[in-house]
Amino acid sequence: MMKSCSRMKKNGTKSPSPTALLPKSPTGIQGLDEITGGGLPRGRPTLVCGGAGCGKTLLAAEFLVRGAVEFGEPGVLMAFEETEAELKANVASLGFDLAGLVRRKKIVVDYVHIDPGEFQESGDYDLEGLFVRLGHAIDSVKAKRVVLDTLEALFAGLRNEAIVRAELRRLFRWLKDKGVTAIITAERGRENLTRHGLEEYVSDCVILLDHRVNDQIATRHLRVVKYRGALHGTNEFPFLIGAEGLSVLPITSLALNHKVSTERIATGVSRLDAMLGGQGFFRGSSILLTGTSGTGKTIIAANFAQAACRRGERVLFFSFEESPNQIIRNMHSIGLRLEPLIKRGLLQFHSARPSLYGLEMHLATMFREIATFKPSVVIIDPITSLMDAGTDSECKGMVTRLIDYLKAGQVTSLFTSLTQGGHALAQSESAMSSLMDAWILLQDFEGNGERNRVLYVLKARGMKHSNQIREFLISDRGIDVVDAYIGPSGVLTGSARAAQNSLEKAALLAGQQEAAQLKREVDRKRAALERQIGDLRSDYEGEALELRRIAEQVGTRTFVLGTERAASGRLRGADAKVAARSRGRARNGNGHS
Amino acid sequence: MKTKTAKRRVSVSPRRPATLWQLRLYVMDETPKSQTALANLKEICESHLKGRYRITVIDLLTHPQLAKGDQILAIPTVVRRLPNPVRTIIGDLSDTARVLVGLDLRAAD
Repeated sequence: MMKSCSRMKKNGTKSPSPTALLPKSPTGIQGLDEITGGGLPRGRPTLVCGGAGCGKTLLAAEFLVRGAVEFGEPGVLMAFEETEAELKANVASLGFDLAGLVRRKKIVVDYVHIDPGEFQESGDYDLEGLFVRLGHAIDSVKAKRVVLDTLEALFAGLRNEAIVRAELRRLFRWLKDKGVTAIITAERGRENLTRHGLEEYVSDCVILLDHRVNDQIATRHLRVVKYRGALHGTNEFPFLIGAEGLSVLPITSLALNHKVSTERIATGVSRLDAMLGGQGFFRGSSILLTGTSGTGKTIIAANFAQAACRRGERVLFFSFEESPNQIIRNMHSIGLRLEPLIKRGLLQFHSARPSLYGLEMHLATMFREIATFKPSVVIIDPITSLMDAGTDSECKGMVTRLIDYLKAGQVTSLFTSLTQGGHALAQSESAMSSLMDAWILLQDFEGNGERNRVLYVLKARGMKHSNQIREFLISDRGIDVVDAYIGPSGVLTGSARAAQNSLEKAALLAGQQEAAQLKREVDRKRAALERQIGDLRSDYEGEALELRRIAEQVGTRTFVLGTERAASGRLRGADAKVAARSRGRARNGNGHS
Repeated sequence: MKTKTAKRRVSVSPRRPATLWQLRLYVMDETPKSQTALANLKEICESHLKGRYRITVIDLLTHPQLAKGDQILAIPTVVRRLPNPVRTIIGDLSDTARVLVGLDLRAAD
């Protein structure tokens, strides 16, 4: 205890120094360096504890292998439980070439065999042999990293616990003096972190691994219990052991500080683009496509994928319900040819059954696929299938992390979501929808003995979007979005819309015919009127002619009468000429009437 | 460490086959513990295996690479290389009874 106290004191005086000065050794393990803020404490031992089969040895082995391969730090693996051959085989399953590294003198594996049945203890001893072996191994490759895999085997192998404890204390001190970054693994105890209280000796960094089964699905968790002198994520993080080693998935690294793009990308359906302010979605946004089964979610997703491929972008299509070949065949039926895009390497499918493994494994697989394929667009069809693989909060956490990851890489993501009949909005997407930038709802309209599809934009952050319901038709030429009939009798789709259209057409035609008839009538009336006017005019002209003739007759007669009177007056006397002329004119007038 | 000296002497013991006991004592530097162990080992061998044994002392300070071969962990350690099977005793051999059990000598006497 004296020794440990003095060391604690020493560390205690160190801890006030700025954390930035604490040198760290990157593990190269995905996510772990983020949680620990750069890796394990350099030159100090780290305790990794956990129950059986939770991945302690693999974590330690990955630390060594990555150290040797990626960071140029040779390592020593001292194994107490597995032989060198077993270890090589075990880590080979993670794609680590331990045997090759051993051949190239980058890593030394020393298997320490302790079997209490094979030796007797007699009198006092120390574990200098262990030190010698370790020291020799470290010196032979100039190792910077050391792994002691389950040092606790010493407790099982040696009867004199007092000696073991004293020697362990000396060992950790010795490792520090050597300046190697060490991982010591230990079995988890019932009450303590480790069965034999190793945490007492390793006070710099303690990592706890856990393997839990919820709903028949096992998930591994990692927690940094202690990290002296450094800030670290204190939460429990799910991690997995995949084909390329461990990956820890920090949920809370979510910092909401992604770059945002104002670039818009087309949806592949021009009318849908038009509904979204004419330009489609924002690049790097997350899009949710909700609908009951058979509403055409996959088709819209495939259209979106094709549009992206046409722009020369890469698309990664995660399918959790259909096999790639099935999707290709089905899309072919609506005139969407996906094989050429796959051949050109622009489109890649990744299909997996949701129940194949746990949510975390799915997420990690997706992360890995995304990291290797580097797509611009990711489609997940449907996200709801994954929801069944975990609890609600886990799912939300997973979607959050996925969206976070995609947004950080400016990857546009489209999630389809299957809702169970009834009211589509009342489904559990409320949890997910808040994470989404755009939400398009696909719906069935039943009536008139048929089922028709409509879509509308429920939300589209940061852009003007149409508030109208559109009907969309799926034909062998693809998707066509048409205006649904929205009138006093509600929304009409399909044949009802067609019927309504023809009704309106008929009404229009009838109106036109009526107008034409009216015009003909008016024309006829005007013709009749004009004919009447013509008759009247000819009557009038006849009478006027008569009048002129009569007037002429009267004039002639008067003249003749006057001439006759003058002649008779001349006969009566010339003296009466003047008087007679004036009188006679008046008399003649009277006499004539 | 291994010498081909003609130390092989035929034992006349009727119960035990005539074998030379090859013992290795692993030590680390000339520490008191190592000295004690060597002294104890010699004493036990003299009294039980007189003339039929050979002790090789291996100092890991000068030959650290030899520790791996015999799976040496503790110091001092005695390894009985011959006769078979290999047997190991750790400690300064102060508990003679345990050493005899460990070396399987109890039965002989």
